[in-house]
This record gives sequence, C-alpha cells and structure tokens, in this order.
Amino acid sequence: MSTEQLHRIRLQVNGVAHEVEVPARRLLSDALRHDLGLTGTHVGCEHGVCGACTILVDGTPMRSCLMFAVSAADSELTTVEGLANADGSLGPVQQAFRECHGLQCGFCTPGFLTTITAGIKENPSPTEDEAREMIAGNLCRCTGYQNIVKAVCRAAELAAEQSPSTGEPLS
Amino acid sequence: MKPAPFDYVRPRTLDDAVQALAGRPEAKVLAGGQSLVPLLSMRLAAPSLLVDINALPDLDHVRVDETGVRIGALARHAQVLADPEVRRVQPLVSLALANVAHPTIRNRGTTVGSLVHADAAAEMPMVIRLLEGSVEVAGPSGRRTIEAADLYLGPLESSLHHDEIAVEAFFPALPARTGVAFEEISRRHGDYAMCGVAALVTFDETGAISRVRAGYLSASDVPTVIDLSEPLADGITPASLAKAAAVALDQLDPETDIHATAAYRAHLVEVLTARVVTAAYDNAHQSTQE
Repeated sequence: MSTEQLHRIRLQVNGVAHEVEVPARRLLSDALRHDLGLTGTHVGCEHGVCGACTILVDGTPMRSCLMFAVSAADSELTTVEGLANADGSLGPVQQAFRECHGLQCGFCTPGFLTTITAGIKENPSPTEDEAREMIAGNLCRCTGYQNIVKAVCRAAELAAEQSPSTGEPLS
Repeated sequence: MKPAPFDYVRPRTLDDAVQALAGRPEAKVLAGGQSLVPLLSMRLAAPSLLVDINALPDLDHVRVDETGVRIGALARHAQVLADPEVRRVQPLVSLALANVAHPTIRNRGTTVGSLVHADAAAEMPMVIRLLEGSVEVAGPSGRRTIEAADLYLGPLESSLHHDEIAVEAFFPALPARTGVAFEEISRRHGDYAMCGVAALVTFDETGAISRVRAGYLSASDVPTVIDLSEPLADGITPASLAKAAAVALDQLDPETDIHATAAYRAHLVEVLTARVVTAAYDNAHQSTQE
C-alpha cells in the first residue's frame, strides 16, 4: 500500500484548524484520535451501533466512525474535548454526569455527552421519556441507563441556569 | 476494521460527478454513508473509487406541493422527518422515517441514498414501492425517471446503472379517502426490524373499501408490495384479516437469521398485517370524516 494517495485537508475541531494528510479511507474517528491526538472520542463497535464515537458536526450529532475525514473538511467539528466551559470548568452536561453518577467505566461517556449537548439545545426541558429517546442510539454496559437519564434532565436544568436568557436555547 | 484503499473524488458539479463514474464500474457514490461505510469497514464491499457527492450544490431540497413530496439526494432523513409539510401531504413518509435507525444516523443518512441502497430490511424502499413513487437519476446520456415498481431487482440491487446517480425521489401525495399506517417490530429500539408493514386503505364514494395494499420489509429479499383488496373487499373482520395475512404470506419468503426464525417472521407478518391494515382503515375513516 506504499502508493496510497494522501489528501491534505483542514479539519476544524473545537474552534481550532488542523492541517492533516490522510488517505481517503481514514475514518473521521481515527483522524481525530490518531492524527490529531484527540483521544476523548472513543471507538467501540466501529459500525455505527454503539454511539461511543458520536461527535457534533456543525452542531448536529453524527457517528465519526461512519464518516471519512476527507468528507468532514468543510464542517465545524465538536468533540468531547470541546464541551467544557471557556474557563475550563465542566460544561453543564459533564457536570450533570458527575452529579448524577452518569458514568462508571467511562468508555461510552464521550458519545453520550456530545449527543445530550445537542439534544438539550433542541429540547431544553426533556421529560424522562424524551431523555430516553434522546440517548436511544448510545449503548452503556455499566450503568443500566437510570443515572444517565437523570443526568439528561439535570443537564437541562444546569444549561438553563447558565443560559443568561431563560427559555432561550444555548447558542 | 478499516476499509480497503480506494480512490476518492469530491466533485463540485453533477456533470463532474457523473463523469467520474464513467468507465469505473467498481465505483460507488458516497452520500450519507450510513450503510456504505459499515460495508466498507467490514470489507463486505471494496469499491475502487468513491465519488463523494456531499459538495454538489442544490441537492438538499425537500419540496412539497399538492402532488407530493420531492426529496433531493442530499436531504438527510432528519431534515425530511422534521418537515411538517411532508407529514401533511404524505404522512406515511414521516411515519416510516421515524423508524429509520436512530436520530444520530438520521442526521447524516440520506433518504435517497437509502432508496438506492435497496435493502429489503429498510423502511424507505418499501414505502416508495407502496406509494408508487419514482426516482430521478442522472447519467452520461442525461436524466431518466425510474418508477418504483422497476427500482428493485434483487437483494441490495437497484436498477440504476453503475454510472448513474440518483438525484431526487418523488413520493406521491396521499389520495383522497385514503388512510395509512406503519408499524415494525425490532429486538431493540432503532435496530433493523424483524418485520415491518405499511398499509394504504382507500374508500370509494359510498365509504366501502375499494383498495387495500400493504408493503412488507424484512419479509422477503426485495421490498414487497401486496394487493389485499380482494380478501378485504367485504370489510375488516378477524376472518377477512386472517385471509389477507394468508394472501400476503403466500407471496413472501421470510428467512431465518440471527434475529428471528422464518417461522417467527411469518407470525409477525400475520400479526402486523391485521394490526396495520386495521389502523390504516381507522385512519381512512378519520380522514374521510374531516
């Protein structure tokens, strides 16, 4: 495979532009982890079932293992590393997971955090059923989901407190 | 689990995209990639070239008028599902889309891509066949329209030529005095269904049943539509529903896999035929009374 063509692309991740050279077959998840060293994005099943690799593409949750890095060059990407507040403190979803014990081993957590970050923007006050629907595409083998569902509702509360104009979704 | 190497182009015009496919029968078109990328990662497919159409202009439209719904090749499932006009003009499209995988997959996957992926376990190929819609494709000699009845040749095999790109799907509006319903049963929420059924029930001017058709997914190796008008002509009763399910099963060929046995799938065909036809009948009643 010595002649495999490389593509020079610019990936915009958490507000920072990175120039990388990758083969077309480089999965976006691998580009983030191996080329950029952003190992917060986890890779579980690598075929779109488990949700661990979920990141935000232009603010929308997508599976980074089901995209090629070369396809993501025009988009603004947000990984779990980009979810903390500007001062470095935990963002509302991270804080809620901590308060509600929403994680045990932590492997699935990055995918939950990104999914819920977008989910509570779309629905700022989810019911418990809506919280379950929000995370239905993410697998967790430790918690039994109870505390993750609690964390979704708590994250929505925290986000509303942090948002200066109540009722408005966080931008 | 990594894809085998492939060449990659990201054309900026449809003409360039069609040209890139010319003379490359091993090439594949990449739109949302939510079915294609797993196939590549598992090395079930190894195309020599991917033509990424995500940078093509003017293909992400969802246009609705009273004749029906037109969906561009780059419209994501989530975008179509969120459109209230789609739901008003052809509710079956929205009902079925809500069952396509998980929201995160629907954010990237495209409806047109799902249609031409031609999976008999997927929702939208069955729906476009049931609604008698069509797909417009662009190729080296221009554009042509493929009627849904001619779209599926075999398992994961559509009638598009290797150098054609599906650019738009058309789902006709719900006709007057017609009701729809959709239901599928899966092991886990968002998984591929073990069996799914959609139904259209149309009344005549007197309020009697004039036409009943049902579409089946995961019950055969191609998306299958079956006319159930005859067994249900005299109305919806437990006996006529059982007869309809028998007519359906006669034309289906459920198979055993890791998720369900053929016998269980056949049982689901019976249960869902009765349930979904009844729901479509009730829906037709409601829409007639409105």
